Formats: sequence, structure tokens, C-alpha cells
Amino acid sequence: MKTDVLVIGAGAAGMAAAIAAAKRNLKVVIAERDEITGGILNQCIHNGFGLHYFREELTGPEYAERFREQLSRYAGAIDVLNDCHVLRLNRDRTALLVSPKNVFELEAKVVVYAAGARERPFGSLMIPGDRPSGIFTAGVAQRLMNIDNRKVGRKALIVGSGDIGMIMARRLTLEGIEVVGVVERLPYPGGLLRNVIQCLKDFNIPLYLSSTVVEVKGSERLEEVVVASVDEQFRPIPGTEKSFKVDTLVLSVGLIPQVEMLNGLVTLDKRTRGIACSNTGQSSNEWIFAAGNCTAVFDLVDYVTKEGERAGEYASRYVNGERFSLGVPIVPGENVMLTFPNYYNDVDDLTLYLRCKKPMEKALLKVGGFEKTFEDLIPSEMIVVKIPKQKLSNLDRIEVKLEEV
Amino acid sequence: MRVAVIGAGVVGSLIARELCKYDVEVLLIEKNLDVGWGVTKANSAILHAGYDDPVGSVRARFCSVGNAMYTELSRELDFEIKRTGSYVLAFNDEETAVLHKLLVQGEKNGVPNLSIHDRETILSREPRINPEVKMGLWAPTAGITEPWMVAIAAVENALENGLKLFLNEEVVDFEKQGNRIVGVITNKQVHRVDVVINAAGLFADEVAKLAGAEYVPLHPRKGQYILLDKKLGNSVRSVIFPTPTEKSKGILVLPTIDGGLLLGPTAEDLPSDRKNDLTTTNEGIQSVKDFVLKLVPEIDFSLVVKTFAGLRPESPQKDFFIGKSEIVPNFVNAMAMRSPGLTAAPAIAKYIAEEVLQQQMRINLTTKKGFKPERKGIRKYAELSLEEWQRAVKENPSAGRMICFCNEVTEAEIVEAIRRGARTLDGVKFRTRAMFGRCQGDFCMSKILKILERELKTDASQIVLKSPNSWVVDGKVRE
Repeated sequence: MKTDVLVIGAGAAGMAAAIAAAKRNLKVVIAERDEITGGILNQCIHNGFGLHYFREELTGPEYAERFREQLSRYAGAIDVLNDCHVLRLNRDRTALLVSPKNVFELEAKVVVYAAGARERPFGSLMIPGDRPSGIFTAGVAQRLMNIDNRKVGRKALIVGSGDIGMIMARRLTLEGIEVVGVVERLPYPGGLLRNVIQCLKDFNIPLYLSSTVVEVKGSERLEEVVVASVDEQFRPIPGTEKSFKVDTLVLSVGLIPQVEMLNGLVTLDKRTRGIACSNTGQSSNEWIFAAGNCTAVFDLVDYVTKEGERAGEYASRYVNGERFSLGVPIVPGENVMLTFPNYYNDVDDLTLYLRCKKPMEKALLKVGGFEKTFEDLIPSEMIVVKIPKQKLSNLDRIEVKLEEV
Repeated sequence: MRVAVIGAGVVGSLIARELCKYDVEVLLIEKNLDVGWGVTKANSAILHAGYDDPVGSVRARFCSVGNAMYTELSRELDFEIKRTGSYVLAFNDEETAVLHKLLVQGEKNGVPNLSIHDRETILSREPRINPEVKMGLWAPTAGITEPWMVAIAAVENALENGLKLFLNEEVVDFEKQGNRIVGVITNKQVHRVDVVINAAGLFADEVAKLAGAEYVPLHPRKGQYILLDKKLGNSVRSVIFPTPTEKSKGILVLPTIDGGLLLGPTAEDLPSDRKNDLTTTNEGIQSVKDFVLKLVPEIDFSLVVKTFAGLRPESPQKDFFIGKSEIVPNFVNAMAMRSPGLTAAPAIAKYIAEEVLQQQMRINLTTKKGFKPERKGIRKYAELSLEEWQRAVKENPSAGRMICFCNEVTEAEIVEAIRRGARTLDGVKFRTRAMFGRCQGDFCMSKILKILERELKTDASQIVLKSPNSWVVDGKVRE
């Protein structure tokens, strides 16, 4: 089988990329390993999606549905393969696809990789103690509750005040599961302020900042979680231990871009841990484009959609014969934790995403000849800024700095 | 003739399978919900070459023989072994002297092809090793396996050959006539028996006490481990030991069968009342981290997949305690299986059937006609050729539905694991490697729960992780 564009993953980025390519009259195969398109959006039944992209507030499934409809409108151009896992991607631009219908090789002119991110599992945290049941990542808890219609427990503690953690605290509460608190290692919440208010404050769920889980107890089902305060180096402070008798622990401790399939095919970025890309979505391998949380973990699905569209567009232009250089590297400087994209090619203005290193009241962003002041910065809220190409001309390296003012 | 084997770890399972070669009725009684879930489940998974064990010890007698038996056993029972070879590393002259002693000891124990390599040879084979290494004892017969798979495979094969397996059944007492045991009393029923073989792992001393037979006191020695992602699988190719001390073989670095990297274990002696203590500790994990960096200086701990602890039974003699009881004439011990218990297990099983039962106890065992020595493992579709896989999917579409993406496990494999006896999430995990990968089940656990629910015709709330009270999900969100 042959196609112009193979899109791997039909979440927000993949669907947008497939539609963008189909609009340019290319033949697209989109492979989704789950039973339906939409990715993680399908289990995010809370609202707050689409405010930037659609200028209205949607739930995850609603947001996914809008793109699913568009996919079906391009049915002639886009072949949607659900329940289809891309097992391997080869150097010769072939892929091995596995589904209950068939196992087959597909030859593509270009690939848009949009596999999203996975959650950091409990095991990787090296928390001492027993290994009972009842410990879930937020995504698993979300899937069990929202798709499989199952309660994950009776009394729960949440670790990590990222958006998913806080949203799950609310969700569990709404379904009659007692949430005794949310534990956060940082001295400030890990997610958006609106979620702190709507998910925790409104439900009287305590947030324990500068705290961490130091032990889990229970040889069968979870029985107890011990939490301690941490010092500035995140080391638990002896004597500050507090015990919570819970049967459920929900972890929201970070997402890791899924890049394994591209091992050896593309370069990764050390900071984002994702696929290093140019602003065209192109990776270090000219025929592999990437978008969404497999490149960097984004705050909002709206951004992911935008990046998917961009990767779809440039991938299409690549199929049509255009060639792009990666461009000049974009590097995080003073007070900047990470930036995306990782390279800039002056075919277009730059949409730059960045995270600061520490909370700052006011800071001046400096990128090439571009400057802009931001207020109330925290690392968990991504800064997005559009920088005109004129401000970035004649640079062989773009440093991104945040000067505290 | 009815023989009851108590404990379905790797030792008990292999004994049970060995006995199934004869015309006897074999019962295997296990208190856990599955086989291989005690000592067997969490250890270093090494096939030791056999140079460690003191000359003349019971350990030495069975280790290198057992090691050699694994080649044929893994072929018959279709589980994986890898003869990776092992290095014991010496970083100074004192340690180098120990290597020479180990070499001599190993040769006396019958270990083949031992040699001492210099720094250059070691680094050419294992470039990630600390370049300060001086010498290394190379044992090419050492290898790795998945211990629980040995038990699972042995039991599956034994079941094909008539074994009666009793899971979730704990021995609570024995019924005796005079000194002889006539019944094994469990929390569920009484089994009439002629012979009892005690392979109850950490609890074998307690079982022997119940029977009124000889025993050695057992205490658990805890080993904490760190498992790293498959990405690191190639960073070492063989089993890397430090120079051993009196107490243990030390903290090691070794590849796992499925390409991960395993670090550990600690050796922490616990009192005998803590035989269920599988907790990890900060100190334990930290000591593993600190120690392994001396062997392999560049280990990326951001690739940790999980930490866990296992317990191995240790006795004052530091040796296996195997043989027929002098007090209870129809009771046989196979206990105190500290390292290298896994390696020695096939040799112990054979010894118990052929020498203890037949020769010493004068039990006439006649060979069973039609014994089928071979068992096939669950087909791993991702390892098939494209054509074979295509054919398989045409016959059975679920062979093309990928459930565990990290370890490439299809729905067909999970269904097959359930058909072969998996009743729990861990049962599926240990048979298929689903949920064993870098995401630790984040993507597949909920799907596997549903498959279990469907195949077992039960409700998800009834499905447990590993033990009767390890429930996974509660009731429904909406009726």
C-alpha cells in the first residue's frame, strides 16, 4: 500500500495534520491505535477545550468530534485506520501497520508523527513502600471513570497539581469518592490557575504545597500514604510526615513525549525530551514531521491543533517538492526552562512556546530583536508569542531570554 | 500413589513436573493465586555458573548441573534463557586474588570454561564498565531467564501430563497415622496423600514444623531492585558482579530477558516474622544506585521503570536443605533455597524423583507412558514474520489488535494467557509481559481489565491485581 502522507496518531495533532494535508489534495492515511479517533480528548469529559481555536468552550469529546467530522468530510482523501498500531517505521519510508484486519506495509512519501505523550508511571518515582493495587496515573483513572464507567476507589489522595491531577480531584469528588487532598512538590500549583479555583477551591479540597509522598503502605489494596514537606531541593524534611488513610492514589506527575518509535530516526531535544523540530514541524530527518505532545508537552489542545495544522501543511509542501532546511537553533537562555520549536526557518513568522524556570512577577522576553513584557509567570503556564520574521533575520542562533524586571 | 508438592515456586513446579513423568498422582498446592509468586517472582533471574558455592556444599552439587539442564529444559518448555555469560569484576589486587580463588573453586565444582580476563578484554566486550577495572572472572555458562516463566511453563506442562493444581489454598496442618502423613489439610479441604514434598519457599520451615519433620529455621533476606527501561538493554550484555563478600554476591547490573536493565539486589536480613515484607526503602534503593555506579558509571536513572523488592530464604547453614525426613518417613524437604536456587532447581527436581523417592525411600516409580515433555509458550505475534502474522490475523483478528504497545502484546496473547490460567492482572502481566513495559500499564491496564472481565464472564470489580484483597476498581460510576 502507498500513500502521500502517513499520519501516526489521531489525537488533536494528528487529526489536524491529516486535514491540513487533505486540503492540499494529498492522499493521507491516518493510523490510530485506539478504537476511535480523538486520542486522550475522548476521556477528557470536562470542559475548557477550544477557547483559543474555536472561541467557545467545549468538552474533550466535543472538541474531538469537530475534527472527526472534518476527517469524514475528506473521506476520499483521508483513510482513517482505527485499531491500527504502527509497529515500526523504517528508514526507507515504509511502516509496518498492525490491525485486526491486516498486518501490512505502507509506503509513504512523508510521515507526520503525532503520537502524543505518556504519563510518568508510579514505578519511575522510586517511592518506597509496598506495591499494592489502587495506585493509578491520572490518565488511567480518567479512562476507567470516563470511558469504562468504573470508580477507581473510595477514598483518594492525588499527587501532582498539574491540570489533570486537579481535574481528577474534582471528578472523583463529583462521583462520591472522597478526595482528602492534592499533594504538590513545588511551592506553587502545577496547573492553570483556573483549575486551582474550579477544581480544588470550589470543592474544598486541600492543596499541600512543597510536599511529597514518602511511603505507600498496604500489601494488597492501598491502605495508607505518608506525605512529608520538602525543602528547597525537594528533599523530605524528617518529622513533617503526615499520614492519609486512603485506598486510592492518583498520580499526575508529568507527561513524557512518546518518541520510542522514532529511536535512531530523529534527534530529540534534551529539555522537552520530545522530537526536536523546526517551526515547520520538520524533524532532523527531512521526511519525518512531528506535532503535538510528542514534540513538547503543551498546556492547551488548541496549541496542539495549531501545531498539527502547521506540520500537515509543511509536510504537504514537502511532498509537493519544496525543501526546507531545519534553520537556526532556538536555545533557552536566562530563566527559560524550555522552548518549542527547537529550530527556526524563516519561511514564516515564529510562533514560539516557552516555559519559564521559576515564578516571576514581571519579566521581559527577549528573542533576537523582539521584546515583550509578561506578568505573573509560572513554569506551569506556557508562554505563547508570535514573533515576526523580520525580528529574527540574520541570526545564526536564537536565544530566548526572560529578564526579570 | 499420591504425591503432594507444597509450593508452586520454581522448585515445587519443577518437582511436580518431574514427578508427572511417572505413574503417580501429583498434587501441587499453592497458597497464592498463581504459580511462581513467592520467592520465584522477584530475584535476579540469573542462571549462575556455579563458581560461588563452597566446594562440597549442597549448593555446589546442584548449581552447575542445574545450569546445564536449562538448555534442554528451556527448549522442552519453551521459555527463554540467554547465555549472556557473567563477569565478576576486581578493582584491586585483593579482589583479583578472590577471582583466582573463585576460579579454582568453580573448576572443582565442575563449572566449564572459566577464565580470567584482563582489563582490555573486559572493556572490549563491555565498554560501559568502569574503566578502573583490573581483572574479571568470565563465566560463559552464566545466563538469565524469567524465573516465573520457568514455574508457569513447568506447571502448564505438568497439567498436560495429569497434574492436579490447587491455587489459593494454604496448608494449615497435616493428618498423621503414627509418624506418617496421610492427609494434607488446607484451608479448603483435606488431600489424602502417600508422600509430601515440601517446597514452600520462605515458609518451608513452618510447613516442616507442622509435619513434625526436620527443618532449618528460615529468615527472609530482602533484595531491593531497580528496573530500567529497555532503551538501556544494550548498555551491558552480560551479568556484571562485583567481587563477592562473605554475605552475598553483591549488587549487580544485568540485562533482563526482554531487554531492560536490572540493578540490585540489596541483602538485608529480616527477622523470621517478616516473610511478607516486600517494601522498598529509600536507603535500599539509594544503596543500589550508589553501588552500581561503581560497576557501570553511566546509568541514566531517569529511565527507571520501577523499583521492587524480593525475599529469598536464608538459613544459618547458608545452604540448601534437601532430603527425606528421618522422623516422618514420607516427608521430603526441598527448602532453604537461597541463591542459586533458581539455577539448581531442575537438578534438585531430578534428584528428588530419582534418588530421594526411588532409591532412598524405595518408592517404585514407573515411567508414565505418553508423557509429553514439550510445552509451547504463548505465541508472540510481534516476533513472527510478516507472512505468518498476516495468516494468523486472518484466522484470528485479535492477533492484530495491539494491547500493550511498550512490549507489543496483542489481544490474542492476553486471551491465551487467561485460557491458560491467568485470573488476575499480574497473572496476565507475568505470562505476556503486557503492563511490564515503560508505561507500566498506563495504556493497556484498563483494556486488559475488560478482556479479563469478558473472558472470565465476571465483573471488573471482582478482578484483582495479585491477591484476594487487591481489588482494582470499585462499582460503576453510572448504572
